Amino acid sequence: MTTRVLQAWNAEAVDAADVPVLPVDEFQQIVADTLAAGARVSSYAGRADGDRTRVTAVLADDAQGRLGVLSCRVGASWPSLAAECPSLQAFEREILEQFGVRPEGHPWLKPLRFEPPHVPGVDPWGRVANPTPIPGDYPFFRVEGEEVHEVAVGPVHAGVIEPGHFRFQCHGEHVFTLEIVLGYQHRGVEPMLVGGPDRRTVTLLESVAGDTSVGNAITHANAVEALADFQIPARASVLRGVALELERLANHVGDLGMLAGDVGFLPTASYCGALRADFLNSLAEICGNRFGRGLVVPGGVRFDLDAGEASRLADKVQKAWEQVEGATRLLFESPSVRNRFDGTGVVSRETCSDLGLVGPAARACGVSRDVRRDHATGVFRFLHVPTVTGETGDVFARAWVRRLEAERSVEFVTRQLRALPGGPVRARCPPPRPGRLVVSLTEGWRGELCHVVETGPDARFLRYKLVDPSFHNWMGLAMALRGEQISDFPLCNKSFNLSYCGHDL
Amino acid sequence: MDGLPGILQFRAGFGRQTVAYPEGPARFPERFRGLPVLDPLVGDGGRAGAAACPTDAIRDPALPGMAIDLGRCTFCGLCEEASPGAIRFTRDYRISGRTREELRVNGVAPLLARSLDEKARRLFGRSLRLRQVSAAGCNGCEAELNASGNVQFDMSRFGVAFVASPRHADGLVVTGPVSANMREALLKTWEATPAPRIVVAVGACACSGGIFRDSPVQSNGMPGVPEIPVDLWVAGCPPHPITFIDGVLRLLGRVESGELKLAGTGIVEAR
Repeated sequence: MTTRVLQAWNAEAVDAADVPVLPVDEFQQIVADTLAAGARVSSYAGRADGDRTRVTAVLADDAQGRLGVLSCRVGASWPSLAAECPSLQAFEREILEQFGVRPEGHPWLKPLRFEPPHVPGVDPWGRVANPTPIPGDYPFFRVEGEEVHEVAVGPVHAGVIEPGHFRFQCHGEHVFTLEIVLGYQHRGVEPMLVGGPDRRTVTLLESVAGDTSVGNAITHANAVEALADFQIPARASVLRGVALELERLANHVGDLGMLAGDVGFLPTASYCGALRADFLNSLAEICGNRFGRGLVVPGGVRFDLDAGEASRLADKVQKAWEQVEGATRLLFESPSVRNRFDGTGVVSRETCSDLGLVGPAARACGVSRDVRRDHATGVFRFLHVPTVTGETGDVFARAWVRRLEAERSVEFVTRQLRALPGGPVRARCPPPRPGRLVVSLTEGWRGELCHVVETGPDARFLRYKLVDPSFHNWMGLAMALRGEQISDFPLCNKSFNLSYCGHDL
Repeated sequence: MDGLPGILQFRAGFGRQTVAYPEGPARFPERFRGLPVLDPLVGDGGRAGAAACPTDAIRDPALPGMAIDLGRCTFCGLCEEASPGAIRFTRDYRISGRTREELRVNGVAPLLARSLDEKARRLFGRSLRLRQVSAAGCNGCEAELNASGNVQFDMSRFGVAFVASPRHADGLVVTGPVSANMREALLKTWEATPAPRIVVAVGACACSGGIFRDSPVQSNGMPGVPEIPVDLWVAGCPPHPITFIDGVLRLLGRVESGELKLAGTGIVEAR
């Protein structure tokens, strides 16, 4: 990265004035060149800046553990980079939807989450008669031809899950394309965060995606602490790490059970459904809530464990893991399961890199990226959790990577609980300083959680940008379905298990 | 051991998973936050707690009529931290009511949902099929509703289960603050459910908008959707599976006792 790019590190604040403001063509050239050279886009978002839009890009250089931050001021339109850099396609649509900057030449320009514009003015979609159409009321991509048919699913699905719409173009069972329309879950999170931090902020971030409450709370706390130049006590840092890995365990074990259920292998579906609760209940032992809500606050954590409690909790986690080992061995050793998992929903390593996939979905393709290692913060600076990768990029790899990651998480959790450092778990975190910007990344169980937070001259949040791992990964699911049988959709979908509300915000 | 013998051997070692509730005690960690109890005469009477609340759930602190609106409460416990003594969370997991107003409590008396009338109990009491609609729920409530059907909580032992289509359902379970983008889908699902039907609002978002209350792109939960009458309001963020099951069983008249049966886990102490 060149000097026209500000070098930054995860959860270390910079002066917002130091972020370079480049001409649009230079900005885009650097972004395109850096992505072509193997970097990844973590965030690419606008904010209102006078009569223009200030777009700030955060590019991650995983190998060097550093981040590049650069920006430009853009008017009503700019050339699209999406054809060249597919990982930017959703970001460009978001900037159009929120700030009205039209990416000229975008290969498939459509609404992202059907949210009202962040700045008053002309609606980017020209919605005059009906200013708030529902998602799905939109011309889908269509394949024409004899015997080509279309299948529409959602937003209300058969299971107890969040809403989204899936549109398949099929020939018989064969899927040509899957188009995913989201936005049903839009609750207006980002505008609600502006002007913070206030008493709502932490609870709001814990509710961005309920299954990632701990991950988002940690990412937020790291950001606020960095904006205040504050270091939390070591014991708090370790307890945050334990909670993050318990969240990963609960979700990975739950996913393995759901994957078993989707191929009709009921023993593991039942066992993992129950065993997932042991990890959720472990979080509730610490903080009273099965999703870890109320635990993490700027300044540390709100709950402590004494030595006996921590040791009993470690025993509980270890005992649950021994059962998970048995339950998942049944799954992976069953030929009928392997027959359904192997070779289904393949995402190639090239597609993974082009789309900028993150988390287990990327690691299953053999792309080794993990914020805990590449951009370590907190306890992960001192204690390494080995990164697991797969090779085949199919349902099997996504399941197997989860299984192996869960094992590494159990090793981490039990070891840390038996050797917690002394000292307090919480200290008073001063308020953020004015005119600062921070990029905070956390490896949530689905992948990279990214919060880019900028404070104004009044030290309040001027812009709070959230990028959920699902924002990168939904396109991965669409690609995984190409050429598959439509009947494998539930299995492929579960193998990604993406967040609707994390995407829709 | 491979194949079926291996599966059976594992099954034998796994043991019975289903919880003792409702015949026996429900097991909750010591730090679990259920029904709060308010005492406006202790300490600051809850003033600091009311000021710390992320959802303005606490009314009239330090006054005799002080109350907490469980339909707004996210059970974060910040009020208890700010006003110790004046606000204290108990482990009473029974926090659902038949009307939205009933969720405004001071915790001195338990909050137990009343049952449906006799005709409705005859219709639904032994078999209740529910369609779930997530109307911008964050997947916390959805995850706990899913867990209600797993082998531990095993809601289907009471004849209560989730079904895939509103056409097969006796009622809806709604989660989330009802986003503008889900409002029409929710109304259509409601219309597609054959009458007579019941509706359960689950979680702080569905009861009041929760932490998203007053965001312009949502409806402040089911109170903002007057087209759909609600029969049971279940508080929590998210409600524990036993809270949901207990609310539904009381609605159906299947659980009537006021006795609180609780057990601990013996792992971590309360603070």
